[in-house]
Amino acid sequence: MAPVVIGVGNPCRGDDAAGLLVVERLDAGSSGLRALRHTGDGVGLIEAWGDAETVILVDAVVSGAPPGTIHRLSDAGEVPRRWFAHSTHLFGIAEAIGLARVLGRLPARVLVFGIEGRTFKAGAPMTPKVAKAAEDLARELPARLAQMLRAC
Amino acid sequence: MKGRIIKVDTLARVEGEGSVIIKIGDDGGVDAKLKIYEPPRFFEAFLRGRSYAEAPDITARICGICPIAYQMSAVHAVEAAFGITVGGQLRALRRLLYCGEWIESHVLHVFLLHAPDFLGYQDAIAMAKDHGPLVEKALRLKKVGNDIVALLGGREIHPINVRVGGFYKTPRRQDLDTLVDRLKWAQDAALETVPILASLPFPDFEGDYEFVALRHPDEYPMNEGRIVSSRGLDIPVSDYEACFVEEQVAHSNALHSVRKGKGSYCVGPLARFNLNSDRLPAAALQAARAANLTPGCRNPFKSILARAVETVCACEEALRIIAEYEPPAEPAVEVIPLAGSGCACTEAPRGILYHRYRIDAAGLIADARIVPPTAQNQRTIEDDLRRYVAPRVELPIPDLTWQCEQAVRNYDPCISCATHFLRLEAERR
Repeated sequence: MAPVVIGVGNPCRGDDAAGLLVVERLDAGSSGLRALRHTGDGVGLIEAWGDAETVILVDAVVSGAPPGTIHRLSDAGEVPRRWFAHSTHLFGIAEAIGLARVLGRLPARVLVFGIEGRTFKAGAPMTPKVAKAAEDLARELPARLAQMLRAC
Repeated sequence: MKGRIIKVDTLARVEGEGSVIIKIGDDGGVDAKLKIYEPPRFFEAFLRGRSYAEAPDITARICGICPIAYQMSAVHAVEAAFGITVGGQLRALRRLLYCGEWIESHVLHVFLLHAPDFLGYQDAIAMAKDHGPLVEKALRLKKVGNDIVALLGGREIHPINVRVGGFYKTPRRQDLDTLVDRLKWAQDAALETVPILASLPFPDFEGDYEFVALRHPDEYPMNEGRIVSSRGLDIPVSDYEACFVEEQVAHSNALHSVRKGKGSYCVGPLARFNLNSDRLPAAALQAARAANLTPGCRNPFKSILARAVETVCACEEALRIIAEYEPPAEPAVEVIPLAGSGCACTEAPRGILYHRYRIDAAGLIADARIVPPTAQNQRTIEDDLRRYVAPRVELPIPDLTWQCEQAVRNYDPCISCATHFLRLEAERR
């Protein structure tokens, strides 16, 4: 089954749109990747990746790093919940991964890209450095994914 | 233990941003405040000058969990202003849509947010390690609710198919038929979980509440009815503002709603059940019996059982509506804007949601008033915390904190709605 890329975020809350921008660019390009947009509701996320063997989640995070920093988190470790704490969803991406792992519904390969955001205010534009990071990630993602799949 | 101060920073598993502060004085007196610091969202103000037709979609944005409730109260209030009645299959479809929201909202709260409190787990993930099949069942159940909303509303969150007068597009018979097998499974699955929930350890705690809910002559209330209470209130919705008033409090960005001259009251699943158990359909009545839940229940911790009963009710009602469905000739009745005012109350998953709009001759909203259920329950939540903590001040701090969070979650508070989240700070002075 083809890998699925899920961009998570809210288009109306500043840098929270980073994951959605990645999917928009993937859609516009010819990556051949299946890309979905998602609000980040954890229960819905488990449904969204369904039976996919490889899922790539892209979301904005707040870890304290400079805006636009791209974090790569593998499924080998716990996803730090507090990084996603700006989400309006009380059961979000970290909880979805945690719950799916316990229930045996986590895809064999899960890759999480966190794009460091700065502002999450309603109606705010994206921070230029964050938008650039999303554009960069969208451009690099097909090759990085192919490399990862070859390594498996 | 008196005179100590404890603080707990974050109360999780509620929607929105707020905190609870409990102060236990040297004299053993307890003060409890639900502090809602999520910024006010000014929805009522920015509805002014917008078209009446935008009210359902703008107000739906107040909440990602109960957008249908906002859409329903909005369309009914505007229709009341225009003198429009929506009946027949369009009315039935609105109730079907509401069933979907009740299922998804109740299942999320019962199994993923509240059950871990009773079973001693930090969260649903920890609970799933020991109760995997139950959590799996809950996820599948919730999805059935989402499926109804997606089918009728166009998408799961903030649906876009509801309009004043009806819908933009109504489903075909065969579209609804695709839901039937899933709903039959959901009704059985929801019923099977009731004995499990009934066996949860419920704290010995009761309150002398005034329960307030809608009451309809024939049906378990969702979209319409008179406003009734356990203390004899029985008024048309148009008298709501004569009997209930919102008050500002310094510690909360959400207004506190009270019964004029009387004080706090309680809305939500337990209130609905207590005032309408005789309107429950057969399988839901069976669920209430299996839950040992009887009308007059005054233990707010048992609201989880009322949600379970209402989940069965929503599945059962959805199946009935689908069985009786005949596609209407038009997706909406004709809407002719008139200058005037209209109000409506519908039963959001967390309790009655009141909307009132004054609309000018051009169909623009001159002013709006929205009273969400969590705003109405705030004072009762504070009352519960004071009364719950007072005889338990000698409990170890972590135990007391846990139980207070659980007590707040009895009301499934949606703080995003009320200001439209929750941090617990307990202090012993």
